[in-house]
Amino acid sequence: MLRVADPTEAGKRQQQSNRRLTRQLWWFVVGAFAFGWALVPLYDVLCSVTGYGSKKELLVAAHAAERVDVNRVVTVEFLSTVPTVGTWEFAPEQSEIRVHPGQLYEATFRAKNLIAQPVTAQAVPSIAPNEATQYFRKTDCFCFTPQHFEANQERELKVRFFVDPALPRNMDRVTLGYAMFDVPQNKVAVLN
Amino acid sequence: MSASHTHDTHAAGHDDHGPMKGWRRWLFATNHKDIGSMYLIFSLAMFLTGGAMAMVIRAELLKPGMQFIDPGFFNSMTTVHALLMVFGAVMPAFTGLANWMIPLQVGAPDMALPRMNNFSFWLLPFAFTLLILTLFVPGGAPAGGWTLYPPLVLQTGDAFPMAVFAVHLMGASSIMGAINVIVTIMNMRAPGMTLLKMPLFVWTWLITAYLLIAVMPVLAGAVTMLLTDHYFGTSFFNAAGGGDPVMFQHIFWFFGHPEVYIMILPAFGVVSEIIPTFSRKPLFGYDAMVYATASIAFLSFIVWAHHMFTTGMPLVGEMFFMLSTMLIAIPTGVKVFNWTATMWKGSLSFETPMLFSLSFLFLFTIGGFSGLMLAMAPVDFQYHDTYFVVAHFHYVLVPGAVFSIMAATYYWLPKWTGNMYNEKLGKLHFWLSTIFVNVLFFPQHFLGLAGMPRRIPDYSTQFADWNFVSSIGGFCFGLTQLLFVYNIISCVRGGVKASDKVWDSASPHGLEWTLSSPPPYHSFEVPPEVK
Repeated sequence: MLRVADPTEAGKRQQQSNRRLTRQLWWFVVGAFAFGWALVPLYDVLCSVTGYGSKKELLVAAHAAERVDVNRVVTVEFLSTVPTVGTWEFAPEQSEIRVHPGQLYEATFRAKNLIAQPVTAQAVPSIAPNEATQYFRKTDCFCFTPQHFEANQERELKVRFFVDPALPRNMDRVTLGYAMFDVPQNKVAVLN
Repeated sequence: MSASHTHDTHAAGHDDHGPMKGWRRWLFATNHKDIGSMYLIFSLAMFLTGGAMAMVIRAELLKPGMQFIDPGFFNSMTTVHALLMVFGAVMPAFTGLANWMIPLQVGAPDMALPRMNNFSFWLLPFAFTLLILTLFVPGGAPAGGWTLYPPLVLQTGDAFPMAVFAVHLMGASSIMGAINVIVTIMNMRAPGMTLLKMPLFVWTWLITAYLLIAVMPVLAGAVTMLLTDHYFGTSFFNAAGGGDPVMFQHIFWFFGHPEVYIMILPAFGVVSEIIPTFSRKPLFGYDAMVYATASIAFLSFIVWAHHMFTTGMPLVGEMFFMLSTMLIAIPTGVKVFNWTATMWKGSLSFETPMLFSLSFLFLFTIGGFSGLMLAMAPVDFQYHDTYFVVAHFHYVLVPGAVFSIMAATYYWLPKWTGNMYNEKLGKLHFWLSTIFVNVLFFPQHFLGLAGMPRRIPDYSTQFADWNFVSSIGGFCFGLTQLLFVYNIISCVRGGVKASDKVWDSASPHGLEWTLSSPPPYHSFEVPPEVK
């Protein structure tokens, strides 16, 4: 079936040099495979040397919090709305907080399910004036995920936020409002 | 292949050298001609399978709205179509041509490593069975695109490890094929054939083989990292664990960009054989062609991030990758002008292989130009992930790589089988292919510039007209390829006998034309002397 190697002297030399080159090429392949894996640490080194794609830079909150503007005070007001009558009690615990831009704060809302069966709710935020939206940073919020309430359950809902120090000087008052919506039962599975 | 059977009886005058009988001949094949034929037949089968998937894609895109398939299956179709065409059709076709032609062109009795040759072919049916089976497992076939970007690809269902192992097998096959090509070319050339006397097809394959062994292992590493991220809790690409999904794109395209040259350099070689023959002139600027090929191969390693302009790279990076990419236009331009100069004042004739080569020259250059447009970082932000990109890479791959494979098939098929193919049918195949490939892909430029995103099953109604045209072109192009299949089958079965030189009036140069048509089962047992 196979061609038996050429028994002559030249044939043997040929076969030896074929084997040698093949071996070298396999080492080349091993090297290329190793290089592929070496790209992982190389990538990290390159990122840390140049500072590009740095994970620290990406943490906007930490970055902003380093520059707290203690000389400035902005009033953040809280509002709540319930579009449907008689299903929810929903209100902020504090009507306003006076904040320094760049510092992290926490505000609490209180919500109670008024009906006698479990409900899932979704709070939808809005910020006024509209121009302030891009400077208002929520690091954690009950509005990020649907909230489940047992029948007649009452509980606290928290939002953590800071105001970006880049907030234009002419704004000294920002309003954060939430509307509380029921999530229809057939959509709950999708949201979760 | 059946034509080789006719030579069972007088296999080059050696008693023990006839092919084995029945299935053993193919399963245990170590003969470069048998393995070459198997590669070519396999690649044709994958071309038709991947083409059928393209038909499904174009049928869904015929009209706006969802007509036939659900979006998940549509995404599987684009993904598997791409993997089949890249790894199953184009690459094995070139490996098949290498198996057939390299020993004949350098005057070697066979490939240097015949048993490894057998292994590298027989990995492929397993790899692609595994890949095609993913269509039938829970969760469906991979649907995140052939680039396998995490985190999307990690959402693949049971198909995920199957696809990864399929890629591993394809990679192993290509690496072994490439090692075989290098050893054959470096060690087995006939006496007197110095490197700069080798035919250009051999040269381009030598460079391609080096690209393959440099980058296929990197792809193997990248998909292995995906696998460990998915099953073993590593975080190479998982941001929550300190990894970075963008790093996958860097590693993938470090493989991926040389990969596109792996698919086009052998095409350059084929065209550099055919155009001189039918121009009845030697190739213009042979040395420049060799150095241009080597330059393209070198540059292919330092341009990868032009696929990633929109990932938020620093400006310096965008500039570097933009300019290095544009640099590739220089050696490519050298090639295009050399082919044109080869035809200048030549005595041209337009047989089917020449027609396909001319079409290649013209349409590949269009693909090259749209590539230059995409290379411009500022405008790429507009074109990125639109149908303009789809149009660009299909222009370089279909009328580029695939047309060169068809040209090579028509050029050498009479040598392989000893029979002439049907020239009229070949010309018909050529004209229909060339017309419909443009009807199919040219409108996609307009769609992309107008903002139609790629990889979507439904689209806004303003894109309806050109999608309709493109789909009609697609169906016609697909059907036209059946002519090709018919022509090949009838040529293998019989026909007008071909002479040793096949193209007598053009009197082609090269050692393969010194052999009979078809060549004996074992050729060049005594090395020819090259002056």
